[in-house]
Amino acid sequence: MLSRVADSLYWLSRYLERAEHTARLTDVHLNLMLDQSPDSARRRWRRVLAALRDPVSASSKDAYELAQLLTFDLGNESSVVSCIVSARENARQVREQISSEMWEQLNRLFHEVKRTDIDNLWDTEPLEFLRAVKEGVHLFHGITDSTMSHGEGWQFLQFGRSIERASNVAALLDVHFQQLPLSEDADATDHAEWIGLLRSCTALEAYCRVYTADLRPERIAEFLLLNADFPFSVRFAADRLREALEAIHISTQSRRADHVSRLAGRLGALLGYGQIDEIIAGGMHQYLDNIQRQCAQINHSAYLLYVTYPIEAALEA
Amino acid sequence: MAMLSADARFDIPLFTKYEIDAAFDEMFEAAGRPREHYRPLFDALLEMAPEELRRKKQTADLSFLHQGITFTVYGRDEGTERIFPYDLLPRIVTAAEWSRIEQGLTQRIVALNHFLKDIYHDGRILNDGIVPREMVYSCRHFRRQMRGFQVPRDIYVSVVGTDLIRLPSGEYVVLEDNLRVPSGVSYMLTNRRVMKRILPALFQKCGVRPIDHYGQALLSTLRALAPNARNEPTIVLLTPGVFNSAYFEHTYLARQMGVELVEGRDLVVHDNFVYMRTTAGLRRVDVIYRRIDDDFIDPLAFRADSILGVPGLFNAYRAGNVAMANAVGTGVADDKALYAYVPKIIRYYLGEDPILNNVETFLMTDDAQRQHVVDHLDRYVVKAVGESGGYGMLIGPHSSFAQREEFRRRILDNPRNYIAQPTILLSRAPCFVDGGVESRHVDLRPYILCGERVTIVPGGLTRVALQRGSLVVNSSQGGGSKDTWVLHE
Repeated sequence: MLSRVADSLYWLSRYLERAEHTARLTDVHLNLMLDQSPDSARRRWRRVLAALRDPVSASSKDAYELAQLLTFDLGNESSVVSCIVSARENARQVREQISSEMWEQLNRLFHEVKRTDIDNLWDTEPLEFLRAVKEGVHLFHGITDSTMSHGEGWQFLQFGRSIERASNVAALLDVHFQQLPLSEDADATDHAEWIGLLRSCTALEAYCRVYTADLRPERIAEFLLLNADFPFSVRFAADRLREALEAIHISTQSRRADHVSRLAGRLGALLGYGQIDEIIAGGMHQYLDNIQRQCAQINHSAYLLYVTYPIEAALEA
Repeated sequence: MAMLSADARFDIPLFTKYEIDAAFDEMFEAAGRPREHYRPLFDALLEMAPEELRRKKQTADLSFLHQGITFTVYGRDEGTERIFPYDLLPRIVTAAEWSRIEQGLTQRIVALNHFLKDIYHDGRILNDGIVPREMVYSCRHFRRQMRGFQVPRDIYVSVVGTDLIRLPSGEYVVLEDNLRVPSGVSYMLTNRRVMKRILPALFQKCGVRPIDHYGQALLSTLRALAPNARNEPTIVLLTPGVFNSAYFEHTYLARQMGVELVEGRDLVVHDNFVYMRTTAGLRRVDVIYRRIDDDFIDPLAFRADSILGVPGLFNAYRAGNVAMANAVGTGVADDKALYAYVPKIIRYYLGEDPILNNVETFLMTDDAQRQHVVDHLDRYVVKAVGESGGYGMLIGPHSSFAQREEFRRRILDNPRNYIAQPTILLSRAPCFVDGGVESRHVDLRPYILCGERVTIVPGGLTRVALQRGSLVVNSSQGGGSKDTWVLHE
C-alpha cells in the first residue's frame, strides 16, 4: 500500500473518531445543562473544553457561542464540522482505495452537515444534529466493516480510530478525576457528573450491567480504563491498536517494526495488567498522562516506519 | 454563417421550443419527423409526462452528487466542486456512421504515430518538404530531448480523445486531436451507468453497444508498453493531485483498472529505476499512465519549478527502465497549425485518402491566407495553436471591434501562434431543458486506445453547449455532456 494512502486512511479515521467524540461530549453537556445552575454549567463547559484539549478559549462566552465553536465553526480545526470536512478531504485523496459505499456515506454526511447551521438548529432541535453526526459516523463504520476488504487499508483505519479513542478517553478521564473527588459519598451534583462521564463514553448501560447502578468513582475508572470488552474503554482501544499494528506488520513484512511492536505491547500491558487501586494510589493523573504520551510515541514511530521513512533505510531492507 | 432562425416549430407539447434550422439536427429529418434510429426515443418522450422526466433528472443529479462525480472549478472560493452538467436524453449514432468513424480514427492515429516517430528520428517527412521543418521545430510542445530515443513498440500516443463535429451536411469531421492528456472518459462511463439506471427500458429497446470494457482495454494498452523482461509489470496512474480538475477521473480510472493512483511525491528515482513509496518499502514501477503535462513531469529535465513531477523520471524513461503513456513530446502532433497538415501526413505514410476530413484551416504563417483572415476577422474563429479547453479563442461573429483589433495585432506579432477556421454550425441534438425538449449544439469525443492494436470503445463523450445558441461545449466554459449510444445495427 502506498505510504501516502496509509497516511490518509489513518487520518480519515482519526478525524471521524474526533468528530464523534466532540459531538457526544457536546450532546451530553447540553443535556446536563437543562437541570443545572448557571454556575456549575460554566464550570462544566470549562471541563468539556479541557477534555477536548482546549480547542477554543472559554472566557466570557455563553453556551450558544461555545456550542457553535465546538460544532459548526470552521475556524476551530477540531469542531465537528471541521473534522468531517478533513475526514472527507482525506477520503477524497484515497477514493480508489475505499469502497464506493464508504465514500458515498461520508459524502452524504458531509453534505448534510454543510447544509444545516447553528441558527436553525439551536432553537428547534440542537440534539438532532449531534445525533445525526453520531449516527452518520456509526453507519460509516458499519459500511466499512461490511464492504471493505479487511486488509492493510482497513487495519490503518482501525489503527487511526483506536489511537484517537485511547487518547481521547484518557484525556476525558484525566480532566474528570482532577476536578471531582474520588470519595465514596458523592452528592447529587457529583452524581450527575459521573453519569455525564459515563454517557460521554456511551458507557452508562454497560457499566450498570457489570457493577449495577451503584456509581462509584473508582469503579467507573476501572471500567473506562481497564475493561477488556467495552469498546470505549482505553484498554479495549489499546488492544485493537496493537492488533491492527500486528496485522500491518505481517502484511508489510517489515523488518524494522520491532520498535513499534514494543511500544504497542507496552501500552497493552500497562492497561491489561494494571490494578485500579494501585493506579489510584500511584496518582491517576500521572497514569493517564503516561498513556497519552505513549499514544503520541506510537503515532510518531509508526509514522517513521511506514510513511516518512528515509529512502536509504528502505533500500537496505 | 446561417442565422439561428426558428422557421420550424412543433405543435407537440414537449417540443414547443424545439428549433430546426440550417444546423444538422441529430433527431429530426424535418419538424415532427424523427430519423429512424431516434424513433424509439421520440416515442418514449411522447408517452412520458414532463413531471416524470423531471423526476428522473433529479434522481440522476443526486446520484452524481452523492457519488462525488464532480469537477473542480478554478478561481472560486466556495464550493469548488460542481457536478458535471448532464443531459438526460442520449445522443444516438447508427452502426454505419460509427463504422466510418472507427475506420477514420484508426487511420488517423496510426498515421500520427508514424509521424511522431519520424520527426524524432530521421525526419523524412521534413526532408521531403511535406511538413515545413520550422513548423515542427518552432512548436512549443516539440521536445528535443526525445530525439533518437526509441519508445516502447514505437507507440508514442496510447490514449487519444479526438473531437469530432458534424457539418450541416451531416458529415463528421475532425476538429481537434488531443494527443497529450485527453480527459472526460470517466464521464462517458458514469453517464452510461446512470442512464442504465434511469431509462432501462429504452436502453434495451434500442440495442446499444456496451462500453464498460474501457478500463480493461486501457490496462492492456498500458501493459503492452512494459519493459520486456517484466512479466508482471506494476502499472500506476500519475495524477497532479486532488486539486486537479480531473481528479475524479483519475481515481475512477485507477479503480477501474485496479492500479495504484500515485502523486509525484509517491515516486522516487534511484539509479534510473522508478519506485513508489509503500508501507512495505520501495516497489519498482514499470509503466506510468501519466495525467501530467510534459512540462511538469520532471523538474530536472523540464520546468524546474514543478512540484508535481518526479526528479530523475525522464532519465529513467530514457534508460528504458520505465514506460510512459503518452510518450513525452506528443503535443507537437496536436498543435493546431500542424493539424492542417494531418491529411497530408495520412497520405504520406499510409498512401490513403483520409476517411475523416479536417475542418478548413487557414495558416497565419502563409502570407495570402493571413491577409485574407485579418481582413475578415468577423467571419472566422481564431485559435492559439497551443491552447485547449476553449481558452485563447476569438469567435469572430460574436466579437467586438476591440477584440478583433487585439487579435489582429497578436496575429501579426506572432503568426506561428495562430490559426483561423470558418465558424461552423455544429449539429444539434435534443436536450431536456426547463421541462421541455429543446435542441442544443453538440460535438463528439470518442476515445481511442493504441496498444498492440487500436481499440475504440463504441461511444464517446457528447459534449453539449447548454446555453441556447451557444457553440462552446467545453466544460470549463459552461458545457455539459450526455450519454452517447452506438447501436448494434
